Formats: sequence, structure tokens, C-alpha cells
Amino acid sequence: MTTENSSTKSGLVAELPLWEVFTQPPNGAPHEHAGSVHAADAEMALLGARDVYARRGNVVSLWVVPTNMITASVSQDNPAFFDPMDDKVYRHPQFYKSPKGVKNL
Amino acid sequence: MYGASVDQSETNSGDKRPTLVDDPKALAAFEQRIDREETIEPKDWMPHAYRKQLIRMMSQHAHSELVGMLPEANWISRAPSLRRKMILLAKIQDEAGHGLYIYSGTETLGISRQQLTEELLSGKAKYSNIFNYPTLTWADIGIVGWFVDGAAIVNQTVLAKASYGPYARAMVRICKEENFHKKQGFEICAVMARGTSEQKRMLQDAVNRWWWPSLMMFGPSDKESPNSALLLRWRVKRKTNDELRQRFIDMTIPQAESLGLTVPDPMLKLDSVSGSYAHGEPNWDEFFQVINGNGPCNRERLASRNKAHDDGAWVREAAQAYAAKHDLSPLRTAA
Repeated sequence: MTTENSSTKSGLVAELPLWEVFTQPPNGAPHEHAGSVHAADAEMALLGARDVYARRGNVVSLWVVPTNMITASVSQDNPAFFDPMDDKVYRHPQFYKSPKGVKNL
Repeated sequence: MYGASVDQSETNSGDKRPTLVDDPKALAAFEQRIDREETIEPKDWMPHAYRKQLIRMMSQHAHSELVGMLPEANWISRAPSLRRKMILLAKIQDEAGHGLYIYSGTETLGISRQQLTEELLSGKAKYSNIFNYPTLTWADIGIVGWFVDGAAIVNQTVLAKASYGPYARAMVRICKEENFHKKQGFEICAVMARGTSEQKRMLQDAVNRWWWPSLMMFGPSDKESPNSALLLRWRVKRKTNDELRQRFIDMTIPQAESLGLTVPDPMLKLDSVSGSYAHGEPNWDEFFQVINGNGPCNRERLASRNKAHDDGAWVREAAQAYAAKHDLSPLRTAA
């Protein structure tokens, strides 16, 4: 069945490279991760991503990024990595005192 | 792929080796996250059984979308009008897209597309039994949309709240697109139900053949479903197979009555107190016969998928050869 596809004659890999797909809706919201596609190169990835993730319109821009180029945070490190540093109370407006009667501060 | 790597042999659904043991502290923390309704993401710690069951469920689901194109493709060239033909083509294209959404999600669990494809093509992987039944008449295409997509929507609406983020997000995407599938099927049936006596007979015959296989789509009864308890506890599933089956029956019977159709279940009876229908049991022997490869179309479906894959090999090779020649592959530039 698929054995000929697994072979690497002329240096072919068994599986086309993976790309992450990001789509932007027309309402001005930022690009958002939609999923992934396999493709040999960026142009093919863009075409595949269009067919899979922009089939029903509602997309004004597409990004494709080789999956192995993404560096992601490690969720086990979340508490320390995303520490909101709540001890920096001076980053909140409630920290400051204003004279009474002054408006629109 | 950004999932943690995993021993590939774990993904073998027939694997009988002892289950790997999870760190009890990590497991407790995981279950607390589940109880807080947090979403589990690819890089998060998860129990081995959670990963394994998700790969099993998601890959079966993706394979079903792909194989599900075949019984409908049977009627593209024979659709009764250009309108019906365009609708059918668009629906089948959606099914291909839906398969790809779910494959993409499955790969985040650390299994490669290559392996998923090989498991389908070799016959090792399962897909929904329903697609091993033949589409004999045009009425079958109506019934597939109404019953089969209807049942899939019942299932997927609940899976859209599954605890695993990539699966839930793929379901949200699919549910948005799938409602037209059911409505176009019901429309085909509604037109035939108002047609000639021969068309009415043809429609009723299709209902008779598809009713029980459609009910089997929800899987074995809760008593016979070994994975259900764990999947419910980890919120991969949120309703039992029997609950979803009942929801489908309660939704579908009034629709059938509106078209003057009956379903082939002598036990069917409306309970006026609960508003639910009491019903008979599907023939589970048939279910297990079909799942083990002995349905009417198992061999034909696998042969068609293999042919499609083999016929497309030159395209994949040409794309790679072009990328290599022009130094476009991301594998070359990446570290």
C-alpha cells in the first residue's frame, strides 16, 4: 500500500513538512491560529491553508509558518513564567491618591 | 508538530501491554484542572491514557470524515439536477476539510500524519461503521444528510466542549459549517416525500435501511462501552453514548412524522411524561460484525482510499522535488 511513499528515493521525505496556519478575519481582529497543513514549500502551504481554513471566506489574510520555527513557552513553567508580579501595586491606577474634586483623571 | 513526543506503539488501539503508570501528583493536578473546566493544551502534562484515548477517538473521527466522502461521491455523477450536484460537491469538499481539521488536532498529541494515514490505509484503524453501508438510491443521499450528519452534529456539539483544546476547537469549526449538510439532506427527503408513490416508496426504503446503522453511530450501549467512564471523568466526553442516541431519536422522530415516514422499530413509543421515545436496541452483533471488517462495503472503502492515496503519490513527489530544486523546503533552512 503506502510503502512506496515511505521510501526516500531521490531524497524525498515520507511526510511533507508541517506548517502552522494563522487567519485574520475582516473585522480588524488580529491573526489567530487556525490549525496546520502539510506542504512541500511556503507557496503550497499557503494554497493548502486557503483551501482548508479559508474555504468559506471570512478571511482577509493568511500566515503560514514552519511549525519547527515556532518557539513556545513550556506550560509546566507557567506559574513562574507568567508571574503577574502583583507586588508592583504602583502599576494600578488605584495606587495613586488624587485631590478631591478633580475630574477625568 | 508541537505536541510532546510519545511512544508511537501506544497509539496502537490493539495494544495489550500494561498501561503506563502516571505520576500520582501530576495526575491529581491534572484532574483538578479538569474539575476547574480548564482546557488541556498540547504541551500540558496529561495522563498516558488521556493521550492514548484522544488519539484513538480523534483519529477515528478524522478517518470517518475522509471515508465518509466515498458513499456520497458515488452519487456526484448521478445527482438529479445541477443544483443538487453543486450542493453535493460542496458538502463532500467540507468533509475533506473536516478530516484535515481533526488530523491537524490529532498531530498535536505527538502522532505523525504519516502514521495516521498508514493506519487507515492498512485497515488497522477504525472509522465510523456507517460508511460501510452502500448508498443504493438518490433517497440514500437525502437520508445520509438528515440522519448521518444529524447524528454527527449531536455528537460534535457536545465534543465542542471537550477538555482537549485542539479537539474542541476543530469541533467548533466543523459545527459552524455542518448545519447545511443536514438541511440539504432533509430537503432532498422533503421533496421526495411530496413526490410520486415510487419516490415515496424509495424514501421509506432508505429510512428502513439507514435507521439502525444511524443509531449505532453513537457507539455501544453504556454498559458495553469500556472507555466511557474514564472519558466522561476527564471530560473528553460529556454525555454517554445512550444519552446522545436518545437525543437524536427524540429530535428525529417528529421530523420523520412530518414527512409521513416511519422508522423500523416496533418498540418505539412516546412517553408522554418525559417527552422521550422508548425504543428498541440496535443489533449489536451486526455492529461488531461491521466494525471487524465484515460490513457490506468495508473492502471497497479501503480499496478506494488506497487508490486515491497511491494515485496522488506523484503529486506529493513532484511538490517535494520542486521545493528541493529551488531550495524552498523549510526542513533545509530550519536548524
